[in-house]
Amino acid sequence: MVAWSESTVTVAGGKVHVVRGGKGAPLVLLHHDIGTLDQLDFYDRLAQRFEIILPHHPGWGKSGRPQWMRSVRDVAVIHQELLAELKISGHSLLGLGFGGWIAAEMATMAPRDIKKLVVVGAMGIKPPEGFIADQALLSYIAYVKTGLHDKSVFEKTWGAEPELDVLEQWDIHREMCFRIAWKPYMYSQTLPHLLKNVHAPALVVTGDDDGIVPKSAAEVYAKSLPHATLSVVRDSGHFVELEKPAELAKLVTSFIAG
Amino acid sequence: MHLMYFTEQPMSAYPVEEAKRGGNITSLMFSNKHYDPVAASRLYNGYIDDYVLAEESGFDGIMLNEHHNGPFCMQAKANIMASVLAAKTKRVKIVILGNPLPLSENPVRLAEELAMIDLISKGRLVSGFVRGAGVEQLATSVNPTYNRERFEEAHDLIIRTWTERGPFRWEGAHYQNRVVNPWALPLQQPHPRIWIPGVVSTETVLWSARHRYPYIALNTTIEMTKKLWDTYDNAAADAGYKSGPEQHGYLLRCHVAETDEKALENARNFMWMQGEFIGVGHPVWANPTGYYSPSMRKTFVQIVAGRMPPYVPNSYETQLENLEIIAGSPKTVIAKLRKLISETRPGIMSFWANDGFISHADAQTCIRLLGQEVLPAVREMGREFGLNSPFDLNTPVSLDFSTDLKKKAG
Repeated sequence: MVAWSESTVTVAGGKVHVVRGGKGAPLVLLHHDIGTLDQLDFYDRLAQRFEIILPHHPGWGKSGRPQWMRSVRDVAVIHQELLAELKISGHSLLGLGFGGWIAAEMATMAPRDIKKLVVVGAMGIKPPEGFIADQALLSYIAYVKTGLHDKSVFEKTWGAEPELDVLEQWDIHREMCFRIAWKPYMYSQTLPHLLKNVHAPALVVTGDDDGIVPKSAAEVYAKSLPHATLSVVRDSGHFVELEKPAELAKLVTSFIAG
Repeated sequence: MHLMYFTEQPMSAYPVEEAKRGGNITSLMFSNKHYDPVAASRLYNGYIDDYVLAEESGFDGIMLNEHHNGPFCMQAKANIMASVLAAKTKRVKIVILGNPLPLSENPVRLAEELAMIDLISKGRLVSGFVRGAGVEQLATSVNPTYNRERFEEAHDLIIRTWTERGPFRWEGAHYQNRVVNPWALPLQQPHPRIWIPGVVSTETVLWSARHRYPYIALNTTIEMTKKLWDTYDNAAADAGYKSGPEQHGYLLRCHVAETDEKALENARNFMWMQGEFIGVGHPVWANPTGYYSPSMRKTFVQIVAGRMPPYVPNSYETQLENLEIIAGSPKTVIAKLRKLISETRPGIMSFWANDGFISHADAQTCIRLLGQEVLPAVREMGREFGLNSPFDLNTPVSLDFSTDLKKKAG
């Protein structure tokens, strides 16, 4: 059993909620656009090898909403400042989906600070082929299912009918996505250029059946980052950590620890 | 009373069966491969003829609106039709209810367009403003989460553009304009009247009352309308003035024909879009996240998840019974209007008279009968019930430009 602790840090005048647990080299984990559950098998697996630092993005989960925030880069700055406040150094970054975009932005801001970078199904780059799925046109449940190769994972994770507070959280998180990434939707036009000097070793992961972020976006990540490896997880959608927790944990662990 | 003619300008020439196959959701995503430009050109010109006829028949105003991406309303830009009316008509007020402010990326351009319409029409513009329906935000790719902020800021910028001489600079949260100095200013001083239409949003009712802008209730039930006026009047009292029928407007679906039978048959077309303004609302698109008040979040997430039914309009028969729709011969309609008007007491009234597949000949008969027989009776009711319009009383255009009120202490 991993002992997880929770704390709140004031950054840029707002409260950022941080979950920490595990032992080992520090690994900062950036969650999806839909937020994160408190407990995940995937987190427990990683905590066996790393000290996990899992902040709730400002405006998500238990972190307060900065009304002034206008861009995903602002989220990355807040997380950089959070790490400084927590005096964390020598860390690696692991970003899931939307969190992958934030991780990439953080890497461009302080390229010497990070040991390694892992992005999984990362948004943030305009896919040369296909589009990032538009939440505005999908119900909360349909959006999550779009991101699953194995739809039964939905019920296993949230139940067949998610609780009202889960739906409300998804709506609040969706609102934050719109507030900071409405147009262009869920990507930055400048990020691919800025990634070229992120010299840390990078692992770019994509599910082979990601219905939310097309694989072509991962290919641009792999091409833009100077020391990147592209890894495709079979029979997985966007939420690789839910569908293939053991496989993804193994990939991440061997890449970062290796 | 100020009496207006209104139609949604239905684009009725489309394959209905195709729409039904898609769940009858015809706003936003119903493919425009079904759009027939030849029919659309004919329909536009027919609607313009109807407006001219409405003026000849005795209406005081033509009410215009705008919607996007669907057959329920052909006006993609109300200012275009307002410009046509500025040249084609001579007397009627051109009442835009309204321009969806948040959809504008440059409110100064909107201020210019509206000023031109006011100038060309020789001061006949009433410039209403709306937030735009939820689905319009998606149709125009405008961020729904800043809808109300954009509405208020665009309003403030337009009023300043009309009333303060430039050049000046605007650095707002959503709009930044280097040089505001348009060489097109409204003829009406200090600025054209502003009326605000709406249905459900209490915030908008309060906002209108605080500005002393008339609020036009869009075919709300009698009970809802009375509640709206309570909310409005209380906010008006807080703002330091006494509101009355001159701030209360009402839009009613009302179709008239030579006989009751014919009118009732035609009026079924008001159910063309299932009795709603924009057809069957898609549970996700109708109210995009961030568009509505956070106090409604619990309700809307459950509608999106299919756990609560979306708004379902009453049946045609119930709507006739509730007077949400009034249809009949002039005699029948006048009797029903008397009840409705005595209960809702509007100083501004708009007749949404034609919709759906009502033939052009029947639409024109309806306009003539309204003008010749119904409107005179309504004006008589207005006198009897003491219902005056803003024009009758020459009310100030806004609270800011009110000279009849004592300044609040402090």
